[in-house]
Amino acid sequence: MQSGNNVPPAHRDNYGAAGLLFRVLFRRSTDAVPRATAHDACTGIFDFRIDAVSTAARTSPTSKDHVRKSARSAGSAPIGKAPTGVVGFDDICGGGLPTGRTTLLTGGPGSGKTIFAMQFLVHGASRCKEPGIFVAFEESPHRIVANCASFGWDLENLQKKKALFLLSALPSPDLIQSGNFDLEGLLAAVGAKAHEIGARRIVFDALDISLALLPDESSRRREMYRLNEWLLANRFTGLVTAKAGDVGLDSISPAGHMHFMVDCAVCLNHRVDHGVSQRSLRVQKFRGSNFNEDELPFVIGSRGFDVAVARTLGRVEPTVSSARVSSGVERLDTMLGGGYYRGASVLITGFPGTAKTTLSGAFAEAACRRGERTMFVSFDSDGAEVIRNLESVGIRLEPYRKSGCLQMISARTMTGSAETLLVRIKTLAREHKARCLVIDPISTFAKVGNERTAHGVAERLIDWSKADGVTLMCTSLLDEMSNQAQGGTPLQISTLADTWIHLNYLVQAGERNRGMSIIKSRGTAHSNQVRELILSRDGVTLADIYTAGGEVLMGTMRWEKESSERIAAEVAEVAGKLKRVQLDAEEAVLEVRARSLQTELVAKQTEKALLARTTQSHDAEVKRGRIRMRELRGGDTGATEPK
Amino acid sequence: MNAPKLRLYVAGDTQNSLRARANLATLCRDCVAGPCEIEVVDILKEPMRALTDGVLMTPTLVRLGSPARRVVGTLSSFDVVVHALGLDDVGE
Repeated sequence: MQSGNNVPPAHRDNYGAAGLLFRVLFRRSTDAVPRATAHDACTGIFDFRIDAVSTAARTSPTSKDHVRKSARSAGSAPIGKAPTGVVGFDDICGGGLPTGRTTLLTGGPGSGKTIFAMQFLVHGASRCKEPGIFVAFEESPHRIVANCASFGWDLENLQKKKALFLLSALPSPDLIQSGNFDLEGLLAAVGAKAHEIGARRIVFDALDISLALLPDESSRRREMYRLNEWLLANRFTGLVTAKAGDVGLDSISPAGHMHFMVDCAVCLNHRVDHGVSQRSLRVQKFRGSNFNEDELPFVIGSRGFDVAVARTLGRVEPTVSSARVSSGVERLDTMLGGGYYRGASVLITGFPGTAKTTLSGAFAEAACRRGERTMFVSFDSDGAEVIRNLESVGIRLEPYRKSGCLQMISARTMTGSAETLLVRIKTLAREHKARCLVIDPISTFAKVGNERTAHGVAERLIDWSKADGVTLMCTSLLDEMSNQAQGGTPLQISTLADTWIHLNYLVQAGERNRGMSIIKSRGTAHSNQVRELILSRDGVTLADIYTAGGEVLMGTMRWEKESSERIAAEVAEVAGKLKRVQLDAEEAVLEVRARSLQTELVAKQTEKALLARTTQSHDAEVKRGRIRMRELRGGDTGATEPK
Repeated sequence: MNAPKLRLYVAGDTQNSLRARANLATLCRDCVAGPCEIEVVDILKEPMRALTDGVLMTPTLVRLGSPARRVVGTLSSFDVVVHALGLDDVGE
């Protein structure tokens, strides 16, 4: 019977530390098969202890000396970081995943575990000169290669260059199992391959698949330890992905213990909120490093993961421009002291129909006229409709659209979370190299299902546009029912916007007229006046409004007031003329009178002179007469001359 | 009838591998009527064979031939192994 048995006797007796117990159990097992299965289970814990102690020394024959020293001594050096190439993720954890340590990535179905893991390897292989090995337990390598092509990752080429190796470890569907097994062979094989291509990054994708085959919890735990110790011992930067249900310690099995074992754990979530898919990730732990502990939304875009992370400290501040750009409405520029700042974020709020789109259209037209590439994202109506509608108020965008200067995005049908919208808009704007961007209206971000994320998205939109130097104009619909005195927008971005223009209706005397005011405009001396916004065939302009008796007059009432003032002015002019004529007449009369009086005066003076002469000659006559009389009387002349 | 060719992949002298070797020896002695040709491959010594042969979980017992049939584990349940590898009618 023993004839074909190649196992040398020495091997059979070489049981090591567990030899005695093992042999006893083994002997029993040979005569009773069911009990033999039981023995595997009951010695599981025992096996695990033995293995945990001996793994470090046993790991890979190629690096045995290295192993003994490195397994535990790695802790003394500060943790290095292996960049993942995932936009935003490296910011969260200060540079990447811990080098030479193990990271656990958990998530539900379709949460993007494989993509994240592959992006980590691709980045390492193509940018960091760190070749990688991808051990696939769930998806066959050639399907992974095909799927990753959609992100622009050329895995075939990387494999040819020996910068990446995909290892298929898919359990065959008709796998027959009898008794316990371990991953030692797999690790040895991966270790050999890693040695061959100089791999630094190792991914075990969907480890849970393989763990699930193990008969009991203790075996699973043993294999997890084995894997972790092996990664640590070889100083590989390991990334292990595993499935997770809802977050909670009881449901994170089978990789449950892995969470406690590893140095870094990242959790991917994918939930549906009112029918809108929302993805987010959270770094659960990161030993020896600080990290952003929040749950951060992400999207899987055309280039892989894109984690939404707000501006981090230490990022280079964008250059702030003091140049002005026209708003497209001449009088508005005057009110703003020259226009908006370049790179500013402008918010236009108002109820439906208050000409928000028109005002942003005017801005777009002005930008195109200056030759700046502009993108107009319209969520409400089709781009073509917007162009047609704006034609009616003298804003002509069609020529610019044709020349390619203006890009109209009809985003009404764009679905997805606010985060997805942001990424798409960012991508489109970058592709178009837009310098001016209009989003009409931004309140779309806060649609049902996005309430919680919309604010953050709007913040990041502004942050991004500033960093890229894009002048951003957003319109925001105010809810008819919302309290106007509150003055806030649903997204609360009014505080972030640099310039906030509010459009309002004034219903008065059976009319609805548009009023416009600048609520704020940082860094510009701006008018405090409310203006009436007038849309006409010739364009958009502003008009002064009248205040009369504490009431603001607009529209027809303003026109009435204007015409009545015109009439009043005419009447006053006529009255003035009349008065002058009257005065002229009176003046003439007086002049005449003055002349006649003068004449009379002259007459009187003449008369007076004549009188004086007459008196004089009379006196002289009298005197002469008296002398003559005296002479005649022969009197004594000269002696008694009367005076 | 030719003796069945069996190949056992083990990983050094880990518990599972040792047990599989022992179990295989017993199995061949007690449960298979005819002679067996057994080859033992130690993956720790020949890691590349694991990749070329596509055997990653240790221990694994393969009956060569077409189709190759394999059983993973310590081979503790002889019934299962014998049935899976078609060793029932060997030597009869």
